[in-house]
Amino acid sequence: MQVDELAVGFVNALRGAGIDVAVGSSVNYYQALGAVGMAQRSSVYWAGRATLVTEPDDIELYDKIFDAYYGGQQLVATPVMEVTQPITLVVDDDGDDDAEDDGGDEDPGDPTLTLRWSRHEVLRDKDFADYSDDELNEAHRLMAAMARLGGTRRSRRRRRTHRTAGHPELRRTVRAAIRSGGEPVRRWYTEPGQRLRRVVLLLDISGSMESYARALIRFVHAAVVGRRRVEVFTIGTRLTRITRELSSRDPDRAVSAAADAVSDWSGGTRLGDTLAEFNEIWGIRGMARGATVVILSDGWDRGSPEVMAEQMTRLHRVTHRLVWVNPLKATPGYQPLAQGMAAALPHVDDFIEGHSLHSLELLADVLADDRAPAGSFRSTAGALV
Amino acid sequence: MADGLKSCDYLADEGLATAVFLAMTLNRPLLLEGEPGVGKTETANALAAWTGGELIRLQCYEGIDVAQAVYEWDYSRQLLHLRTAEATGGATRDTADALEDELYSERFLIRRPLLRAIAAVEGPPPVLLIDEVDRADDEFEAFLLEILSDYAVTVPEIGRFAAVTPPRVIITSNRTRDVHDALKRRCLYHWVEHPGFEREVAIIGRRAPGVSEPLARQVAAAVAAFRELGLYKPPGVAESIDWSLALGRLGAAELTPEITQASLGSVLKYREDQQRVVDQGIGGLIEQAIARAG
Repeated sequence: MQVDELAVGFVNALRGAGIDVAVGSSVNYYQALGAVGMAQRSSVYWAGRATLVTEPDDIELYDKIFDAYYGGQQLVATPVMEVTQPITLVVDDDGDDDAEDDGGDEDPGDPTLTLRWSRHEVLRDKDFADYSDDELNEAHRLMAAMARLGGTRRSRRRRRTHRTAGHPELRRTVRAAIRSGGEPVRRWYTEPGQRLRRVVLLLDISGSMESYARALIRFVHAAVVGRRRVEVFTIGTRLTRITRELSSRDPDRAVSAAADAVSDWSGGTRLGDTLAEFNEIWGIRGMARGATVVILSDGWDRGSPEVMAEQMTRLHRVTHRLVWVNPLKATPGYQPLAQGMAAALPHVDDFIEGHSLHSLELLADVLADDRAPAGSFRSTAGALV
Repeated sequence: MADGLKSCDYLADEGLATAVFLAMTLNRPLLLEGEPGVGKTETANALAAWTGGELIRLQCYEGIDVAQAVYEWDYSRQLLHLRTAEATGGATRDTADALEDELYSERFLIRRPLLRAIAAVEGPPPVLLIDEVDRADDEFEAFLLEILSDYAVTVPEIGRFAAVTPPRVIITSNRTRDVHDALKRRCLYHWVEHPGFEREVAIIGRRAPGVSEPLARQVAAAVAAFRELGLYKPPGVAESIDWSLALGRLGAAELTPEITQASLGSVLKYREDQQRVVDQGIGGLIEQAIARAG
């Protein structure tokens, strides 16, 4: 087998396993193999890592596929074909549950098989039925409403203004001066632009939130599509980032992709621990800094309240605004007695109800920062010559 | 490749060395991601020192734009020049066009890092470090993409600058947000890990020359133990080096609980983290570290 066939076969195996490899990257891979040679297993490994993997999260999967594809210790020119076999099989399968289960018992170590199942399981269990026409219209309306979510803040990027005071815009002033014989008669000024504030949505998908999942996932999707600078994570027993999955404008596809990515639907709740994970990996490092962070959760937490309080303190220290949306709050006589909720409440800036899609739509208005006029954020988009 | 970087006091593992080698041979930018303090920026310094190319650094921040990244006109000099022309009677309606050409010539052009990297002509290709690209905004990233695809910049008033030899480009990101896929596709990618124990000892040995080998081993072991504690900010290699230097300055021959307590601020930068280490018992941690260091 030639090097190019080998390379293409490996790229296909990666794609089959769910790693997104662009065509250009596979060409790079081929060139990289030419540059490092095929003599050493580690060179082949690192050539692929540098050219085909663009996410640290994919490294583990890459390692597995690499081991499977290039076989054991000795690097031979013929790839181990039987490994690609189960991948093809799974892609073709149309959801016969029993057959799948049997396959799993025989071969529990195969990563791709498990990956595929979870999707079927989720779609079957979660019943995120396709959008009806009415719902589609509603979804589009919601997307439009989302542009106001979270408000804007002052940008460092300045823009031209018609005011006659402030920071001088010399580029324009010099241009005008040439025309007036070297005298800067007409002077131009700039003012700071407006920029969308980042919004981070943390969606609780534990068992107790199940009945709200359908409304919430749609709300979250509308936010991702309708507004820029939105990040979405699911929290439950573990933290999963679903921003990319939700970025498709087609709600059906987006929601099922997100369902696919999350492995702990309706599981238990360890809010404090998942918040800690968020803080460490993303939040404190920059994603939550100066952002509006919205937690959509009923506050049922099986972890310790101390952890919850500690993590909320950390989060609150870096965010611009920390909002908790609790679907249960709409219930008459509701008291925030759930342990996690009680521990978190002192650190929350706004405590809002969110039991229906309608109330979530209102959330966008509540969260719009009223200091800045709505819609002004786009004006900075063209500032880069 | 690793040897080359080593000669510049940078100890790269095989993965990073391969990535740098490929970036150089395939003429691609290299995108480095990893925890803060694992030596992403330092890679560019070492590469520049090794290849002899000039290091041109562009620190990204929110709101960075063409005027700060590529070029700007020297407006105050332009205005002065205009005034001079006016005073000597050179600025009349008829000469306005000629005057304009004069104002928008290279004489009044301020070259910012990207233009400098592209318009460099002499010597080995410069190393262009685009640091913390995740801090810049999407618009800038799109602009960067354009420059990195053909290594050319157009200044409307003058014309096009194209690189004779493309600069070697290193881009770093702390992953506070996702770098756009299009940019990632253009680049080679490497996730920089914390170094293993022996490598960290070697790095400390090179970067903190005054520190004895046994102390370096103890520091590396202690830092490795700190990383296991689930701290807010686990110390990176940069902190290990700082700590070693601090210990060297304090005249320590080996790690003791007292001297650790005194110098903890150079390795742990959160009060909570220091508290956690103290709660765990500094004495025990140090004992373990010394045992591991052998």
